[in-house]
Amino acid sequence: MSEPALLSVENVSVDLPTPRGNLRAVDHVDLKVGAGRTLGIVGESGCGKTMLSRAVLQLLPKKAKLSGRVMFDGQDLVRLDPERLRKLRGRSLAVVFQDPMTSLNPVLTIGTQLIETLQEHLELDGHAAKKRSVELLAAVGIPAPEQRLTQYPHQLSGGMRQRVAIAIALSCEPKLLIADEPTTALDVTIQAQILDLLAREQRRRHMAMILITHDLGVVAGRTNEVAVMYAGRVVERAPTSALFRNMHMPYTQALLAAIPKIDAAPHTPLSAISGRPPDPTRPIQGCSFSPRCRFAAGLCHREKPVLTAAESAAHQFACFHPILAAAGVTA
Amino acid sequence: MMPGVQQSPAGAPLLKVENLVVEYAVGGRTIHAVSGVSLEVARGETLGLVGESGCGKSTLGRAVLQLRRAQSGRVLFDGEDLTAMHGDTLRKMRQRVQLIFQDPIASLNPRRRIGDIVAEPLVISGVKDPGKRKELVCEVLSAVGLDPELVIERLPHEFSGGQCQRICIARALVLNPEFIICDEPVSALDVSIRAQILNLLEDMKARFGLTLLFIAHDLAVVKAVSDRVAVMYLGRLCEVGPSEQVFAHPAHPYTALLIEAIPVPDPEVRPAESVAVGEPPSPMSPPSGCRFRTRCPRADQRCSDEVPELRELAPMQFAACHHPLIAAS
Repeated sequence: MSEPALLSVENVSVDLPTPRGNLRAVDHVDLKVGAGRTLGIVGESGCGKTMLSRAVLQLLPKKAKLSGRVMFDGQDLVRLDPERLRKLRGRSLAVVFQDPMTSLNPVLTIGTQLIETLQEHLELDGHAAKKRSVELLAAVGIPAPEQRLTQYPHQLSGGMRQRVAIAIALSCEPKLLIADEPTTALDVTIQAQILDLLAREQRRRHMAMILITHDLGVVAGRTNEVAVMYAGRVVERAPTSALFRNMHMPYTQALLAAIPKIDAAPHTPLSAISGRPPDPTRPIQGCSFSPRCRFAAGLCHREKPVLTAAESAAHQFACFHPILAAAGVTA
Repeated sequence: MMPGVQQSPAGAPLLKVENLVVEYAVGGRTIHAVSGVSLEVARGETLGLVGESGCGKSTLGRAVLQLRRAQSGRVLFDGEDLTAMHGDTLRKMRQRVQLIFQDPIASLNPRRRIGDIVAEPLVISGVKDPGKRKELVCEVLSAVGLDPELVIERLPHEFSGGQCQRICIARALVLNPEFIICDEPVSALDVSIRAQILNLLEDMKARFGLTLLFIAHDLAVVKAVSDRVAVMYLGRLCEVGPSEQVFAHPAHPYTALLIEAIPVPDPEVRPAESVAVGEPPSPMSPPSGCRFRTRCPRADQRCSDEVPELRELAPMQFAACHHPLIAAS
C-alpha cells in the first residue's frame, strides 16, 4: 500500500475479566486499513472480531483491559481524551451494527436521530440538517424520505432500519466505517441490497471500510483484503483475490469447505470441522486451531505459530504446516 | 390448488397438506401467514421449505403439528387428518412427528438435566420403567455423537450451541418418530458447526429411516439436504420441484432472485448489482393476484388481476407464475 494507513491497529490485545478467569478476546492483533480500502474480518462467533472492532472504536466494556496502539488518522485512540474521542466517533469514525433495532433509539423519530447527529458533529442549523437528512435517506434507497423523518424505528422493516442506521453512519462523511455483521439479521434478498449500498457509498466517498462477517461469501466480492480470525488472533491475512486463490491456513480452508455449495448435488456430505473453538478462558499452549486441525503435529501443540509471509509480504499466515498446493481449494 | 395432481414421487405421500390456510388476528387486523398451501412429502424423502422471514414457513411447520390450528384445509399424515384430531389421539400421533427448533439453547429447559430433557418425550408417551427410559436415552445420545455418561447429569448451559442442537435432535429421535420437522435447525450455528449438524441430520435420517420437512432461509443449506424444495413467498407456494432441477432451472422469478442473492465465496464472481428490488410487502395486506408481483421484473396487469395457480412446467417441477422463466413442457 503506497499511502500511509488511515487506521493501524498495532499489537492490540483485549482482556476481559470473567468469573471463570481472564478471557483474552483479542490476542496481539496487527491490522492496517488504507483510505478508500475495504478490509474484511472473518471469523466465527467468539473469535474476537467484534471485540477488535470495539477496541478500534474505544467502546470496550468498562472492565476490559486493552494493550497496544490504535492509530487513526495520526492519533492514538487509546490515549485520546474522552471529549476528543467523542467528537471523532460519529464524525470521522462511524459504525453500523448487526441489529438496527438496538442501535436506533426506539422512542425517537428517524428524523430526530439523523438531525441530532448532523447538528452535533457538523453544526448545521435545523433547516440545513433536515434538508441533509432527506438527501441522506434518499441516498441509501429509502422511498418517500420526507415522510420517514417523522416515523419511529418500529414502523420500518429490518432492511429499512438498517438503511437508516447506514444513513446516520454516513451522515458526517466518516473516513472509516466499521460495519459489524451489517446483514446477518436480514433476509438474503435484502442482504444483497445492503451490501451493494455499502460498497457503492464506500467507493463514492473514498471511505475506508471494515466489514466484519462470519461469511466468507460476503467478503469474497466486496473487500480488498481479508483477515481471518480464530480464537482472538489473526491466523491469515491477504489481499482478497490472493486469499481465495491460495489459502494457506488450514482453518481458512476448512471454513470455506464447510459452506454448502450451491452447485453441489443434494446429499453431498459437507466437510465439517470437527470439535469446536477453544474456551477463551482456558488458553491452549500451541496453535489454537491444533485440536481441530487435521495437519497438526508435534510443534503445533507446543508453540504458537506467528504470522509469516507467503508468496508476497501482503499474504501472511500463522501455521507450521500450511497448505501449499494451489489447486482444489474450492472443491 | 390442484388437489388432484400429485407433487411428490410415486406412492402415497407420508404427509399431505391440502389447501392450508392459517391466519393470525393481531390488533384487529389479520396476518395472512399461510394462504392456501398444498404440499406433499413422500416417505423417506427430505422436502426443503425455503423463504424469507415472514413468508409463513414456520407457521406452516407448526400448523402441520397442530401447534397452530389452521382456519381451513387439511393435514393428512399417513392418510389420517390431523386437523380433525384432538386430545389423546393427537398426542399419540405426535409421537410419530417431532419438531426441532432454530434456537437450540432456548429450546432446552435450563434447570433440567440433559438426561431428563431427552427422557421427557418417553415420560409423556407412557414409558414407565426408568431403566428402559435410561437405556433409550443413552442409545439416542450416542447416536447423535454425545457420550451419555458424560452428558446426562449435566445442565444445558454447560454445552455449546452445536452440542445443544445435538441434544435437541436426540430428544426428537427418542420416540423413534417417522417424520421430523426441522425449523431452521442450523441458522443459529457457526459455519463449522453447521456442517456437523447437517451431516448429523443426514446420518440420522438414513439410520432411523426418517422423512424430513427441512425449513430454512438459506438456499445452499436447503439444497445440501433436500430431495425436493418448495419455495414460499408471503404465505403462498411459488415453486416446488426436485432440488437439482429447481436450482439449475428455476421457473419462478422469486426462486431465481433467491438463488442470485446467495453470496458466492469466490472473488472472481462479481456479485450481481442489487438483483432484488424492494422489500416484501406486509402479510397484513398482501398484494392482489400474484403476491410477488410488486417486486417482480416480469409482472404485468394479469399478475395483479389473477392469482397464479401451481402448474407443472417440467416433470415434477411446479410453479405458480403467469410468466415463468421456463416454458411448459
